[in-house]
Amino acid sequence: MNFLDQIWLIPLFPLLGALLMLLFGKMLDPQPVSEVAIAPGVEPVSEHGGTGFSRSESHHHHPHSPLKFLINLICPGMVLLSFIFSVGAVWQLSGLPHRVHQIIQFTWIAGLPFHMANGQLATFTVDWGFLLDPLSSVMILVVTGIGFLIHVYSIGYMAHDNGYYRFFGYMNLFVFFMLMLVLANNYGLLFVGWEGVGLCSYLLIGFYFHKKSACDAGKKAFVVNRVGDAGFVLGMLLMLSVLGTLRFTDVNAILRSGRFPAETAGFGVLSAIALLMFFGATGKSAQIPLYVWLPDAMEGPTPVSALIHAATMVTAGVYMVARSSALFTLTPSTSTVVASIGAFTAILAATIALVQNDIKRVLAYSTVSQLGYMFLALGVGAYWVAIFHLFTHAFFKALLFLGSGSVIHAMGGEQDMRRMGGLKNKIPITHWTMLVASIAIAGIPGLAGFFSKDEILWQTYSSPQGSTLLWFIGLATAGLTAFYMWRLMSMTFYGQSRVAPEVERHIHESPASMTVPLTALAIGSVLAGWLGTPRAWTIFSDAWRGFPNWLAPVFSSAAVEAVKEGEHAASTEWILMGLSVAIAIIGISLAHYFYCVRTEIPDRLHARLKPLHMLLYNKWYVDELYDFLFVNGLGKGGGRVLGEFDRTIVDGGVNGAGWLTRAASRISMWWDTWIIDGAVRFGSFSVKMLSYPVCILQTGRVQAYAFFIVVGALAFLGYYIAR
Amino acid sequence: MHPIGTVHYLALSAALLLIGTVGVLTRRNIVIILMSIELILNAVNLNLIAFGHALHNIDGQIFAIFVITDAVAEAAVGLGILIALFRNKETVLADEIDLLKW
Repeated sequence: MNFLDQIWLIPLFPLLGALLMLLFGKMLDPQPVSEVAIAPGVEPVSEHGGTGFSRSESHHHHPHSPLKFLINLICPGMVLLSFIFSVGAVWQLSGLPHRVHQIIQFTWIAGLPFHMANGQLATFTVDWGFLLDPLSSVMILVVTGIGFLIHVYSIGYMAHDNGYYRFFGYMNLFVFFMLMLVLANNYGLLFVGWEGVGLCSYLLIGFYFHKKSACDAGKKAFVVNRVGDAGFVLGMLLMLSVLGTLRFTDVNAILRSGRFPAETAGFGVLSAIALLMFFGATGKSAQIPLYVWLPDAMEGPTPVSALIHAATMVTAGVYMVARSSALFTLTPSTSTVVASIGAFTAILAATIALVQNDIKRVLAYSTVSQLGYMFLALGVGAYWVAIFHLFTHAFFKALLFLGSGSVIHAMGGEQDMRRMGGLKNKIPITHWTMLVASIAIAGIPGLAGFFSKDEILWQTYSSPQGSTLLWFIGLATAGLTAFYMWRLMSMTFYGQSRVAPEVERHIHESPASMTVPLTALAIGSVLAGWLGTPRAWTIFSDAWRGFPNWLAPVFSSAAVEAVKEGEHAASTEWILMGLSVAIAIIGISLAHYFYCVRTEIPDRLHARLKPLHMLLYNKWYVDELYDFLFVNGLGKGGGRVLGEFDRTIVDGGVNGAGWLTRAASRISMWWDTWIIDGAVRFGSFSVKMLSYPVCILQTGRVQAYAFFIVVGALAFLGYYIAR
Repeated sequence: MHPIGTVHYLALSAALLLIGTVGVLTRRNIVIILMSIELILNAVNLNLIAFGHALHNIDGQIFAIFVITDAVAEAAVGLGILIALFRNKETVLADEIDLLKW
């Protein structure tokens, strides 16, 4: 079977699943009417509204639908089908000489002629086409593979929730849009997926729509994303106006042909395009200044956080910038902006994660921080490393989220780590898998996170576009990451149990549908990194380094290896590697010391450094700042100014015009009544007056008429006789 | 004693016409008016026959028969209208029926 020509089927399977679920799902899983009605008031312990004993009491109200297994079959099954097709297509792609396969199904937007910026006439066409190359192949494998595992996990996690079919319908819809995003062969179609995943994100964040905080979080995510999307659309239009095409292959061909010189000094039109597109990426991938929506997005069910807000959707911005690598290579100043924002986001989010108490919030800020790493890599021109980190991060961050979901499940909806502790032996599989993910993200050698993170740090240090300052920020972030991850592990699994006694009785390991995906992801978290071992590990030949070799054809040769090997000795790399491992171990040890050995230290530190703690705990007051500046400042204050403007200037104009019209109409009315109507009425009046004598004769009596006839006849007769 | 000649007929005819005309103009009851119209028509008939006899022309008699037929039809239609009027207005007095005006 030729999978390469069937890649259009890959996104179609989940779409089919989504349509089936959203159109007919209600028949498969009829919902009790009462629960939706009572939900707003009764949302007691269950923060995530999901599982646990608050729900288990209502089990008997929720009749087990006999057809529910069909949902379990269809939705993960569709994603599995996509995964199988993806694997087949990628396998066949590896056999092609250039490793590029493009199919164009039809023209989606056809032939609008327009003048480009240079005056040349061009036509605006957008294909409905799919491009499979090493970059998109990595993405589809991540999306379908990890997506499938998370779907399986959701079967267990969402089992007792209302709107089971709705959840799976949205999840499948999300997978469809995400696959459209990564398989599109042009920016226009990419944008379709881009908006679609935003929509699904909104729908799933607000899945527990009876909770106000969930609705607000959904709206916030939607609005903040739209801000970024505005930048993306503008960038796309500018690109269309300058290059005349949106198709990736054509764009790259033009940019690499040398028609546009690199904008090494100054700020040209390419920089504008790149900056606008990057602004779009900051919205989707939660970077400064638009990262604020992602922590709030944790209001959604945990599998959603794992799939959308950790593994796949938030990496769309990274994918898009990597896809535009030719553009960013030509604009070094923009790349510097990308790298700086990435590094700054990484460390800012990591500092916030240090003091959060909600287990999912820690992970959310961790995600923001890791995405910052990816942008740091993109900014220094190490595109494959960014994708590599995206790839490994997808495993261990999805695992962390699913693990935290398993913890929350066991705790009956409790998300506050201050009320956990000592769970190690009660939920052993969850503990072991999360332990793997934690040391993977912390950067302990041998696990996935070490390879990708270390490669980022090395490239940041050695690339001509990198700098020691950026490297240092990255290194500090690595230390912070290790610290807050181990803090999370310690507060959750080790030390004294702080669990409320009535919760403690209910703690149980999750069902197999949840633990099997956890285990699979744990294996991935260990192994995924070995595809890109450091250059300095000369024991592995270059051929062993599968990941960079695989991605090499996508990124222009300059970008693949920003480092010229001669410039930096391997010894430097070893030293840096040692440093990053050391700081990871220091972070872990410190966290262990603080939260397991001398548990009074954190409280003392809080007391001593109260302002700093408050600052971090309240997330640098960025939400408040945005509220002050944009929501209240620009939004409400601007609204007031605009309202005043409306009332005085706009309404004044309208009212003035109205007054003038009324005055004019009054004159016109006078003229009409007295002159025009007067003339008409005078005419009719005079006719009436003239006709009055005649009217008198017309009595209506037949005999009178007869009398006139006789008189007339006699008159004639008399006249003839008298003549 | 003169034999009865054309002049006599014409005199009678003129008298009938006069009576009929005055009847049409002065009587209020429509039935009487219709009868007066018959008188006028019969005055005409008398004229036609008298002149036909005097001139030895058969056309006068033929015309008279036509006029009689016509008179019958007219009486029928007139009485029909009268009945319809009576049903609607409950009157047969001509001066109370004065709709035919501006």
